[in-house]
Amino acid sequence: MARNVTTQRKIVNTVLAWGIGLLIFFPILWTILTSFKSEATAIADPPVFLFFDWTLDNYRVVQERSDYMRFLWNSVIIAGGSTLLGIIVAVPAAWSMAFVPSARTKDILLWMLSTKMLPAVGVLYPIYLIFIKMGLLDSRVGLTVVLMLINLPIIIWMLYTYFREIPGEILEAARMDGASLKEEILYVLTPMAVPGIASTVLLNIILAWNEAFWTLNLTAAKAAPLTAFIASYSSPEGLFYAKLSAASTMAIAPILILGWFSQKQLVRGLTFGAVK
Amino acid sequence: MTIRTAFCAASVLALATATGAFADSHTTTLTIATVNNGDMVRMQGLTDDFTAKNPDIALEWVTLEENVLRQRVTQDIATKGGQFDVMTIGTYEVPIWGAQNWLVSLNDLPAEWDVDDILPAMRGGLTVDGELYAAPFYGESSMVMYRKDLMEAAGMEMPDAPTWDDIRAAAEAMTDKDAEVYGICLRGKAGWGENMAFLTAMANSYGARWFDEEWKPQFDTDAWKATLTDYLDLMNNYGPPGASTNGFNENLSLFQQGKCGMWIDATVAASFVTNPDDSTVADKVGFALAPDKGLGKRGNWLWAWSLAIPAGSDKVDAAKKFVAWATSKEYTALVAANEGWANVPPGTRTSLYENEEYTSAAPFAEMTLESINAADPTNPTVDPVPYTGVQFVAIPEFAGIATQVGQEFSAALAGQQTAEEALEKAQALTTDEMEAAGY
Repeated sequence: MARNVTTQRKIVNTVLAWGIGLLIFFPILWTILTSFKSEATAIADPPVFLFFDWTLDNYRVVQERSDYMRFLWNSVIIAGGSTLLGIIVAVPAAWSMAFVPSARTKDILLWMLSTKMLPAVGVLYPIYLIFIKMGLLDSRVGLTVVLMLINLPIIIWMLYTYFREIPGEILEAARMDGASLKEEILYVLTPMAVPGIASTVLLNIILAWNEAFWTLNLTAAKAAPLTAFIASYSSPEGLFYAKLSAASTMAIAPILILGWFSQKQLVRGLTFGAVK
Repeated sequence: MTIRTAFCAASVLALATATGAFADSHTTTLTIATVNNGDMVRMQGLTDDFTAKNPDIALEWVTLEENVLRQRVTQDIATKGGQFDVMTIGTYEVPIWGAQNWLVSLNDLPAEWDVDDILPAMRGGLTVDGELYAAPFYGESSMVMYRKDLMEAAGMEMPDAPTWDDIRAAAEAMTDKDAEVYGICLRGKAGWGENMAFLTAMANSYGARWFDEEWKPQFDTDAWKATLTDYLDLMNNYGPPGASTNGFNENLSLFQQGKCGMWIDATVAASFVTNPDDSTVADKVGFALAPDKGLGKRGNWLWAWSLAIPAGSDKVDAAKKFVAWATSKEYTALVAANEGWANVPPGTRTSLYENEEYTSAAPFAEMTLESINAADPTNPTVDPVPYTGVQFVAIPEFAGIATQVGQEFSAALAGQQTAEEALEKAQALTTDEMEAAGY
């Protein structure tokens, strides 16, 4: 039975939700605002919020100094490629764990997740040496594979959770109708799990897009994505906050827009199976 | 259908991923790792001059923040990753990497490059066993930057070569905490290149040293106690609040906003604090040498960002051409022609300081040169030491040890422990680390 919610409570909830939302969004808003300030205004004390001479100069400087499109293209390839590769590997893996579990399935799932608990820097040198041997340093192929591997446990876990919500009887019915394993996964299971797969894809694109440890350590000039683009504007000697903010805004803009347009899908996917 | 589309998209992406940028087989592409600072960024904008003279060489830049760059190039050179053909490295790395034979000797750069024109202090810091392992791109020391108007209002005059007592008296006279004006701003943020750069240089002038000739740590000496006590006393009485988190940029920002009476830091800051676009006190800044304690050594450091070629690079000839171009007198003239004399990379060549056009365009030129000349990386302390380096000790273990010591000193500045406690911990941890390293 639905609870009666008073108008007063609704107002309080709305204000609270907006307050928390703005608080979370504030660092991004501040970065965007700083990108339109001069370097001197960016470090002004007390800080200037809205009333300053707005300038596009930082964006001009960043455009002149860096090949933004090359960094952007690398980010798109690496984030998109690693997510798609991950999905291709994870769908069959999650299917087997969800529908034909063995006695060790739970252990395997936990073991996979445990790899995320290892600090990345702990395996930096082994991976770096493997990359040297295989000629993969500063290549999009190498980075795509590494990002796929580090995000794979999350992809499998998410898909496994979504698949568990799908009644096994439907797949059984498909098998009764003569569907092969491939057909069962491709034409019965996957379409039913589209909201879950979509949110997994979106979340992993965001994770891969923002990944800054491997992308900075394994790239130089050719495969460097937008994280390297941002890092190039930080400086220990000199004023750089406004230009860094402009570079950050340019780097997060595509993913912010993607998130904005797909937020319904994202929320739907993330709450998929929440109500039993 | 959706799945097929996804597979197609994956294939297309995989193909695109596999497509590398294949350079023209006649062109040698140099990948250059560099730091993000004004001089380096300016060089990237002027490389058309180099590529016009060397049409068979293409340049690709990797610009990174200093600490990230240091980690990346160290990782690459130690594992022979070969990602970079030219590296921008500091004065700390050159002696260590040179001794390991990780760098290509630059002794055979062309005669017109004029190695004898390089400032002796810089050349000494970049040479190991007679081999020059890096070409200095820009150099810096540290000096006192002070507010002439505040000194005048206090009825004082800053000597060109002040003592630490002069600095203390000036800091006391200029401090007006109600008006948010603090007599002195110094580095407090922990790190071997942060507070420890300043404190090691200050300690040199107090007669302190990191190690004696037997490599025994010296934090238990009276000279270190006097150094740290005076530093904490200055900062606690006349420094800005929250100084234990202040590094170069934080102090730069405070000084530019008129909140510091004095700031002792890198000579490169002179061009920032005198730039009227960013600084509210641009026309009120005076310069003086870093202070001394009457013991024959000043508390100034020596640093250069230099270009070096990793050993094992298969593009050594092209890399040498680039290094010679970027650190030549002709490059200096090119910057002057395009952006004015005040913007040429300072601190590396004697000829620059003999150039009247430069000295008249840069009011801080003379003090910068004197500061650089006052630093001697091969003989940095009052008592003899077994190491080279002014504000660092050129051994691989130093960065890790000094960062830990810096954390203890920063904690003392934050009021979490006394100077004695910080020094005791510094002595213990340095002794442990050095013993573990086999010294």
